[in-house]
Amino acid sequence: MGNHIDQLIQEEMRQEIAASASRSKRKVVVKAVTELKEKSPLKLRLQRGALFLALLVGAVSMAAPFLWMISTSLAETGQVFAENRPWWQEWLPMSFYWQNYVKVWAVVPFAQFYLNSIFVSLCITFGQVATSAMAAYAFARLSFPGRDKIFFGYLATMMIPGAVTMIPVFILLRHFGWIDTYKALILPGIFSAYGTFMLRQFFLTLPKELEDAAKIDGCSYFKIFWHIILPLSKPALATLTTFTFMGAWMNLMWPLIVVNTHTKYTLPVGLAYFQGVHGTDWTLLMAASMMMILPILLVFIFNQRFFVEGIKLAGIKG
Amino acid sequence: MKNGLKDKTKEMIAAYGFLMPNLLGFLLFTSIPVLASLCLSFVKWDLLSDGPQFAGLKNFFELLKDPFFGKYCWNTLVLMAAIPLSMAGSLLLAIALNQKLKGTTVFRTIYFLPTICSGVAIFMLWRLMYNANSGLLNSMIAQFGDMLGLRLIGPNWLTDEAWAKPAFIIMNVWQSVGGYNMILYLAALQGVPRDLYEAAEIDGANSWQKFWNVTWPQISPTTFFIATMSLIGGFQAGFDQAYMMTGGGPNGSTTTIIYYIFNNAFEWYRMGYAAAISWVLFLIIFAITVVKWRFFGKVVHYT
Repeated sequence: MGNHIDQLIQEEMRQEIAASASRSKRKVVVKAVTELKEKSPLKLRLQRGALFLALLVGAVSMAAPFLWMISTSLAETGQVFAENRPWWQEWLPMSFYWQNYVKVWAVVPFAQFYLNSIFVSLCITFGQVATSAMAAYAFARLSFPGRDKIFFGYLATMMIPGAVTMIPVFILLRHFGWIDTYKALILPGIFSAYGTFMLRQFFLTLPKELEDAAKIDGCSYFKIFWHIILPLSKPALATLTTFTFMGAWMNLMWPLIVVNTHTKYTLPVGLAYFQGVHGTDWTLLMAASMMMILPILLVFIFNQRFFVEGIKLAGIKG
Repeated sequence: MKNGLKDKTKEMIAAYGFLMPNLLGFLLFTSIPVLASLCLSFVKWDLLSDGPQFAGLKNFFELLKDPFFGKYCWNTLVLMAAIPLSMAGSLLLAIALNQKLKGTTVFRTIYFLPTICSGVAIFMLWRLMYNANSGLLNSMIAQFGDMLGLRLIGPNWLTDEAWAKPAFIIMNVWQSVGGYNMILYLAALQGVPRDLYEAAEIDGANSWQKFWNVTWPQISPTTFFIATMSLIGGFQAGFDQAYMMTGGGPNGSTTTIIYYIFNNAFEWYRMGYAAAISWVLFLIIFAITVVKWRFFGKVVHYT
């Protein structure tokens, strides 16, 4: 946001300078710049071509491991270790042995891991977005005693690493007798100071007029929140939803800590377990990995702009 | 007057109603655990015996003498070599993608893929790629050797103490080079005023001079922001990859601070000792955050 204001100021300054500069002087400047730009079109074109080529090589090396993953996941077991294959056979699928994908479901309770992951991630995402939005509305728009102190408390905990709280939370859940339950997987993931902070900052930027009008019409606070604040905040809510879901989907350490029976495993723990049991069966490992990545890939392809906007909205790792 | 008071009470009740679910969770799973963790760091407790034994500062003294802790701190630092490498790569990529070439959107998507898919599945993939006998990397190295008529043999990436850390660094650069940092750099580059470049061109500056005297100083806040955030992330990183790929080995060479905390707490049930390490980790992160505050004057920087 600071940059945005800076940009506006700079834009204004630029216009002022441009206006105050004498016309002739400006013409000289423009001429000099165009001359420079048109100096060597061939050289420029070569440069851009080389750059494009470099980007292409980079993109290939970024995508290569994924290609290898796909082709391995579709290979027959013996094929992966075949000696003296020409190099391109490593990358391109030489066979389409779809059975690997079916086999995974039979070898380990993969369907159970999948369902657990979907259930846990959805609960965490819904819970976090809902509770964060409600709290953020209270912090941004309502006044109540202790508001600033409580908010400072939220801010202060944002820099405390998760490693600090994870041990006492484990002990607490153990005390409740919640270890190895869905409650232990879901509840601690729901409450996020960061989500509250991000949404509060966004709510603060919304215009107040609509709310004031609604208040005069006698709307309740909940109606204002539901019918005005939330619809206006779709981009911020979508960003928080996307990142929360991804975080929950990928989380390995917390399920590892609180869950110990197979039927409660989420996908990451399930994959770790799978690797331990069938570590030599590469084709199955890669098929399982592909299936874990797929939902995230779909979310990314359809919500790409939320990733970009989300990063720009606030430093996302904070 | 009476009405006004009533409105205020109503607002207060509504506010607490909105806040309550989040605040209860915050107290239960964040603020109370923070205090509890501080208390834990002064006791010894294996969860099994009668109860926590007060130990004063023993945990912290033990930590000072613990050769493993020193080693794992060093590991964490060495693995952070990926940060400057990946930042330099991100900046180069951002500059290249900022040239308005054809296919920029496609490139950006492809470069972003490793960041999006990071996690257990990717670590499994790289574990197989690093396999010494049939992994992708070593077979590429061998085939490259064949082309030159040489017999090249790739290293035992993940099982050789000398190669495990470089292997992780290469993987981490691959993962993060086209990700969030590149997007931040791209935004920063687009924010540099055009007339600064025009002025530099009039002064006869070449591309390198333009970069060094215009671009670099203009985007330095972004560089500083990325550096501090990456440092904070870097000190807490390294669990998932080590757990999936090496189990912290060979010979502890890929165990990081967070992995040591995990092992102490949940493998060896040394709750107090683990809590003490986590507070040392907090102090490191706090120090970086203070430096960041000095610079930005706020907790989160807006771009």
